[in-house]
Amino acid sequence: MSDIALRTVGLGKMYHIGAEREQYNTLRDTLTKAARRPFERIRHPGAATHKSEELWALRDIDLEVKQGDVLGIVGRNGAGKSTLLKVLSHITEPTEGRVEIHGRVASLLEVGTGFNPELTGRENIQLNGAILGMRRAEIKSKFDAIVEFSEIGRFLDTPVKRYSSGMYVRLAFAVAAHLDPEILIVDEVLAVGDMEFQRKCLGKMSEVAGEGRTVLFVSHNMAAVQRLCSTGLLLEGGETAFRGTAVDTVRRYVEFASRNLVAAPQLAWVAPDRPAPFGDVVRVHGYQITDDQNRPVAGRLYSGREYTAQISFDLRRADAALIFGLGYYDKSSQALLFVSDVHDVSGINFASVEPGTYTLSARLPTEWFCSQGYEIELMCAMHHMGWILQPGNQTRLAFEVFREDDTNPYAQDSRLGMLASAIRWSLRAEKSSPSVGS
Amino acid sequence: MTESAKRGAPARASGTEGFIVYERKRGWAALDLGELWRYRDLLYFLIWRDVLVRYKQAVFGVAWVILQPLLTMVVFTVVFNQIIGVKSPDDKLPYAVFSFAGLLPWQFFAGALARSSMSLVGNSNLLTKVYFPRLVIPLSAVLGGLVDLGISFIVLIGLMAVYGIVPTWQVIFLPLFVLLALASAFAVGLWLSALNVLYRDVAYVIPFLVQLGMFMSPVIYPTSSIPAGPLRLAFALNPMTGVIGGFRWALLGQEFPGSYLLFSTAMVAVLLLGGLFFFKRMERVFADVV
Repeated sequence: MSDIALRTVGLGKMYHIGAEREQYNTLRDTLTKAARRPFERIRHPGAATHKSEELWALRDIDLEVKQGDVLGIVGRNGAGKSTLLKVLSHITEPTEGRVEIHGRVASLLEVGTGFNPELTGRENIQLNGAILGMRRAEIKSKFDAIVEFSEIGRFLDTPVKRYSSGMYVRLAFAVAAHLDPEILIVDEVLAVGDMEFQRKCLGKMSEVAGEGRTVLFVSHNMAAVQRLCSTGLLLEGGETAFRGTAVDTVRRYVEFASRNLVAAPQLAWVAPDRPAPFGDVVRVHGYQITDDQNRPVAGRLYSGREYTAQISFDLRRADAALIFGLGYYDKSSQALLFVSDVHDVSGINFASVEPGTYTLSARLPTEWFCSQGYEIELMCAMHHMGWILQPGNQTRLAFEVFREDDTNPYAQDSRLGMLASAIRWSLRAEKSSPSVGS
Repeated sequence: MTESAKRGAPARASGTEGFIVYERKRGWAALDLGELWRYRDLLYFLIWRDVLVRYKQAVFGVAWVILQPLLTMVVFTVVFNQIIGVKSPDDKLPYAVFSFAGLLPWQFFAGALARSSMSLVGNSNLLTKVYFPRLVIPLSAVLGGLVDLGISFIVLIGLMAVYGIVPTWQVIFLPLFVLLALASAFAVGLWLSALNVLYRDVAYVIPFLVQLGMFMSPVIYPTSSIPAGPLRLAFALNPMTGVIGGFRWALLGQEFPGSYLLFSTAMVAVLLLGGLFFFKRMERVFADVV
């Protein structure tokens, strides 16, 4: 028992969703129900006061985490990852089952919880430290280390509302990184910040894990899960779908995710009918992948052929800041390649384009892809102003690439690496080379 | 497994051998004062944050804290004393000092009430992301008002000096009345903050409640002018009647509000205990519904 850091037994969490279903027929009914309801709610907190749908965000979770384990929790959105972390962090109470914890817990479900924009960096370090459970003396003794880690330097006495988002996140993570728990619970904190910052976070996390502390880590970054974690837990629909080593868990998740994605018959995304940012400049209708005959294609692409991504949109106002881009990812959502009409040679300047309906196309660089699964994503932004479709959005489409040039019998095994090439190799006989031993 | 673990006592241990169990608690949860004490540093920093932010955002900062009761006192003196003719119960005591001594605890109470009732909703980001004893939040909102009270107390001292009034020896009991005011505000704040999470309408009721409350408390008139009978009993149940009477007794040597104080203290005790139980009962759903 002593080597168990955390254990859950039959853990479940239920939420009530949905609107009022009951019909009030008379005013008298309405009034008596209204009068009775507050008391019902006080007598049975957390219970439904009216008919509503029950949603089990978590069900029957039996989990044992040994001391020193680094557990990666993966699963799709809504699989129950965040709810599990909330229950384990004692933020919300389980509906059924129990959690047993041996040791001091610190949880980091969000970077910069309780940061106050009016306060300076110095003040926020103290406040955030206390919120995360540090004692006053502890904050004092770690203060210099936190400042150094955050690299905010001379902005220490500036209100954080004047910080760039990068500085803000660095400072917030710096405080959290200096928590000293035996069990650390971390939600997707790596989703924010630039590459340099993410590298630093991952470094700190592996340092913590290396010290023999127990870490529970939720992430969509499969590479990070594989690198940092020893064991893994795959959640699906609030239940345990797989529990094993981190590598196996990631493999299961990827199979699982791609099975659901490839089911899409055509490589197309249609924008939902709701307002999007910068609606006065552009309205993106959607995009699709077509072949050289301009026909929409399904989930399989061949590397020797021509494909284009066709982005359709209404331009409502000419604006030089408008940018479209495409992101390519591997199956574990690792970013591989980003292209955009400002980085590449497009010659398009939206400052001089008349308002109207347009289709913007860009060819897919399939010759760079291996025989494996990839994902493509549409991005759109107003330069330096904000995103219309930011990376990690709902436009992602999954496809498989089949390389027709990999037909050499010796190249049947899939290539190593994320990318391939179509580089022409040549062989030249050297005239002066003496033949050795023949 | 220990007995306390089986019962699921929420013990957040700070030692290395902590063993904690979280599960659904049934019935009325115990009030864990030990846990609250372990989180005293968080309480300190939340009060510090509220005070700091309050004074940073306001252009006049501390000046506003001095001006607000001072201007109110001036208006009261003009309207109630000069126009309507409300008198201080003592000929030697100017109405300005009399009303200011009543305004002091009332404004503390009103401010603490307004802040604490909004405190849980206003800190919803903390409730959904971090664990700590939830009582810390309304408590910090109430305690933060002590800074304002201290500043306006200095103003009162100045005002008394101007009128040449020397506090009586009873002033040593003043901290007790401050404590009672604190308990009153915390008691009502517990109810309102928890109710506000469940029913957002509470936020609309509070300004109205505070406005009515001032007239229902002896701020602008002395307790002696409350007519005897059932009306007097109703006033006695208002916790602030005893507090304000007590302030005037301790500072200005006015009549000791004996029976009022008794009723008020009893009322505070009932509200506070009820509020604590209600709050502990509801706190388990805060993170889900806030």
